[in-house]
Amino acid sequence: MTLIVLLIPLFPLLGFLVLGLGFRAVPKKWATVIGTGTVLLSFIVSMVVAFNLRYFAATLPGFSFDWISIGPLKIPFAFLIDPLSVVMLLIVTGVGFLIHLYSVGYMKEDPGYNRFFAYMNLFVFFMLLLVLGANYPVMFIGWEGVGLCSYLLIGFWFKNREYNNAAKKAFIMNRIGDLGFLLGMFLIFNTFGSMSFGQVFAQAKSMPAGSPAIVAITLLLFVGAVGKSAQIPLYTWLPDAMAGPTPVSALIHAATMVTAGVYMIARSNILYVLAPATMTVIGITGLATALFAASIAIFQNDIKKVLAYSTISQLGYMFVGLSVGAFTGAMFHLTTHAFFKALLFLGAGSVIHALGGEQDIRNMGGLRSRLPKTYWTFLIGTIAIAGIPPLSGFFSKDEILLHVFEYSWPMWKFAVAGSLMTAFYMFRLLFLVFFRDFRGTEAQQHHMHESPPVMTTPLIILAILAAVGGVLNIPEIFDGGSRLSAFLAPVFADAAAVTAHQVPLPHSTEWLLMGITLAGVAGMVLWAFNRYVRKQPVLLPDSARRSFIPNLLTKKYYIDELYDFIIVKPLDRLSTFLHDVVEIRFIDRIVNGVGNMVVWTGNTVRFIQTGNVGFYMFIMILGIILILFLNILI
Amino acid sequence: MLTVILILIPLAISLILLTIKQEKAIRQFALAGAVVEFGVAVAAFITYKTSCHCNLLFTADWLTTLGVSLKFGMDGISLLMVMLTTFLVPVIILSSFSHTYSRPSAFYSLVLLMEMALVGVFVAFDGLIFYIFWELALIPAWFICAVWGGHDRIRITFKFFIYTFVGSLFMLVALIYLYFRTPLPHSFDFQWLYAATLTPAEQTWIFIAFFLAFAIKVPVFPLHTWQPDTYTAAPAAGSMLLGGIMLKMGIYGMIRWMIPICHQAVQLYAPVAIILAVTGIVYASVIAIRQNDMKRLVAYSSIAHVGLIAAGVFALTPYAMEGAVIQMVSHGINIVGLFIVIDLIEQRTGTRSIRDLGGIALKAPRLAIMFMIILLGSIALPLTNGFIGEFLLLLGLFEYSKIFAAIAGLTIIFSAVYMLRMYQRTMLGTTNGLTEQVSDLTWPEMVLFIPLVVMIFWIGLFPGMFLDVALPDVLQILNFVK
Repeated sequence: MTLIVLLIPLFPLLGFLVLGLGFRAVPKKWATVIGTGTVLLSFIVSMVVAFNLRYFAATLPGFSFDWISIGPLKIPFAFLIDPLSVVMLLIVTGVGFLIHLYSVGYMKEDPGYNRFFAYMNLFVFFMLLLVLGANYPVMFIGWEGVGLCSYLLIGFWFKNREYNNAAKKAFIMNRIGDLGFLLGMFLIFNTFGSMSFGQVFAQAKSMPAGSPAIVAITLLLFVGAVGKSAQIPLYTWLPDAMAGPTPVSALIHAATMVTAGVYMIARSNILYVLAPATMTVIGITGLATALFAASIAIFQNDIKKVLAYSTISQLGYMFVGLSVGAFTGAMFHLTTHAFFKALLFLGAGSVIHALGGEQDIRNMGGLRSRLPKTYWTFLIGTIAIAGIPPLSGFFSKDEILLHVFEYSWPMWKFAVAGSLMTAFYMFRLLFLVFFRDFRGTEAQQHHMHESPPVMTTPLIILAILAAVGGVLNIPEIFDGGSRLSAFLAPVFADAAAVTAHQVPLPHSTEWLLMGITLAGVAGMVLWAFNRYVRKQPVLLPDSARRSFIPNLLTKKYYIDELYDFIIVKPLDRLSTFLHDVVEIRFIDRIVNGVGNMVVWTGNTVRFIQTGNVGFYMFIMILGIILILFLNILI
Repeated sequence: MLTVILILIPLAISLILLTIKQEKAIRQFALAGAVVEFGVAVAAFITYKTSCHCNLLFTADWLTTLGVSLKFGMDGISLLMVMLTTFLVPVIILSSFSHTYSRPSAFYSLVLLMEMALVGVFVAFDGLIFYIFWELALIPAWFICAVWGGHDRIRITFKFFIYTFVGSLFMLVALIYLYFRTPLPHSFDFQWLYAATLTPAEQTWIFIAFFLAFAIKVPVFPLHTWQPDTYTAAPAAGSMLLGGIMLKMGIYGMIRWMIPICHQAVQLYAPVAIILAVTGIVYASVIAIRQNDMKRLVAYSSIAHVGLIAAGVFALTPYAMEGAVIQMVSHGINIVGLFIVIDLIEQRTGTRSIRDLGGIALKAPRLAIMFMIILLGSIALPLTNGFIGEFLLLLGLFEYSKIFAAIAGLTIIFSAVYMLRMYQRTMLGTTNGLTEQVSDLTWPEMVLFIPLVVMIFWIGLFPGMFLDVALPDVLQILNFVK
């Protein structure tokens, strides 16, 4: 079994090596087989591992060799297979495979076809390391590695300067978070003398809640999560990351990489439940991000940007779930989100593909009849994310909302407000793209076509998953088995023991909360329908004057401009100042000054060497007198 | 005996090269000699036993009345430095083949002479011998830069020479003073020097003298202003020798000589040194962000990177010291790689100006890949060599002070900022008049990169071998400050 686990990341790594080293020499047909096949193989092996874990053993023996080892510092290259990592494995390889398959069609005409699959395979490899790592440093390898692949894939079309800037921005913002992660690891080592999950968590269990070291550790790790999972204040890279090919947005910037922060916190659950202060910070950050991003999404006109802000917002929900101790809820939402958001992105890709690269929803409309498969699958994704039963998003979001309600009533109100916004912007998107008449050019109308089966098949599979994914964890109120909760329970057992057991809410309250949320969502859908389908939609060009709030939201609260003003520009100016003034006019001038002084002294002293013996005698006597005087004085 | 052979081979080749006339023969002979030298170093590495350094120790009497002996040997730290030197010199020689230098016999002879001096510095177990090799290394370095260098080379290299030479003189004074404080009969042997009895005041003065000599060489902020100019004006091979190997003399000197000899003063003034080093990290990183000359950018990035190494040395913790040793090796490999990339770009386009370049990846995908891999090593991505070093350095520094580690850690953000900016502006985007005709790497040029890339991943994936070699001696050095 040990070796089989090893195969999971090995397949995509081999795929990367073959495609990367072979480069253009590998024929396209083979690149397709290697690129997608390796991920499929990983998925199959992951299934085998999952099956074994489910029915035979709680944890599989990991595989391990010492990566860094100095005295007490031991960092084995070890993997951990437990229910939590298995859930992630299946998402990464399963959804990953579907997206790879889709890419075969989407990237067909691209000259960088092989390079694309090489990067994608490398990404899957690093993502699997991140998920499988049995200690923080191995997780960090994956953590930074996926950041690199994200950089390479956002800037995949590297002729475009804007895209390159987006890629660089993503990497740097991620690195800011990574510094937090790194320092968090150091503090973990300092506190526990180890960085392995097993040893750290075992020791942490016996520590009192709220101890400063654990609060500091969890906060530092959370900084890492903020960067990777695009939360306030480090979220601005994710909308820009849409510069990458659409399958990349689906895989990296929706389904997998950006959820790494959620996974990391769920993995460290015992540390987090012992740090209530951190949990509050996470809750506030997550909720603020969820609302903030959702409000921006309402006013965006780029199909991918809407989805990007939606992703940020949904990640915010997951963090809110984590902050109230609903680890299973967060992981459940992570899973269903992977299904429906990958689906939505791939659907958007299909639309973009059909319209020859058009991304502005103001120039779309009426695609329902021309792209039926895309439409139906996109519709399912929209219903799922809006949280309408019985699709998956309803169950996962409801689980988080329920826990939030138990924790804090005002927080619940905000969270519901966010989910209403979600319903609105998603149906706005759906209606503007697929309903009424086409608003694009003649040429686009003529060129428009449904995507080939290699692209629509993943859409259909994902649509099925998005539709029925809820069965993973149907709550008790619907006579469901809460299977995911039961499956993940061993991982979260210690955390559950720490958090006080609350009396479960009466069913009547649960029904009431659900009813309120659903009524709101229904209202939002109707409102969007009224605005964008029943009436002629009002679509302002970018240059149009808007009133204050719509303008603020269209311009994304001017956050990019703000960062530019308070960080980027001052740093540039500081750089110039340090070089031109401090370096050249100050430090170097002192150095040269010392040098010149030596030369000057030399020149001056030379005049004293007159060769006149009388003069020397005079100086000597003067010196003796001086010494005598000094002797008396001191 | 191997140790002495390691000094004699480059010396012999250096002398023989002067007698050869034909350029092709000179190149081949120089390369072959450097490769043989590396082979001998590998042999030393294989036969090396961590438990005793006896098989690599060589002692012969010389100036017995003064207590100076020809004592050479290698411990784990020396061994890694010698490996680095002998590994990089063939690469540097090979990279010079694309240039036609005037007076090639003199050029390659000086490179080999430099190698001899560098090896000498790393294997000297006698203070005076160490000093002699230390100064000897400066001479070929200066000639290479002053004769084959670029714009304004005379003024710049003169400053370089004077600056580092003055620093070294302080060390000479310190060594002589120490000599008279060693137990009778006085000796320059390193163990005698370690055993010198010093009052706290004496320790302080000796510390300052050593620190000036070593910190100028590294260079540690604010003693660094000779460095960007010199790296920029030097010919490609000169920059590689200076940045890849010579600056390690400074760090090595701190570890081998300064810490054991004036351990009390080192402990006392470590915070000051760390503050300087950490300031240098941020200062040089910020300056690097806006540099337009690729070489200058790398020069400033180097100040930042070695600043972290210096900070790690003064943290006086095992992890940081191990990190410093492994990072010296990694930094040498990465900076030589970067200078080779820059050199190849300059040969193809005639410029190193970042704003005049762009789109090279379209024309030279292999070069783009090599550049990316070296860049990743340099920004310390996990699984590359740079990560191992910086991880250990920051971890060790964190044990010393959390605040300093956090500030020093900014380097992982800044290095991404300036390195990716350089990469983007030169390799990505669309081509222009200058980069239109750029050709991709030829196979001989690929050969240049292969050893570097192999080492980047070897150290990144399996650092154990290198860490284990250095560990006992690192702990022994740290015993002095316990």
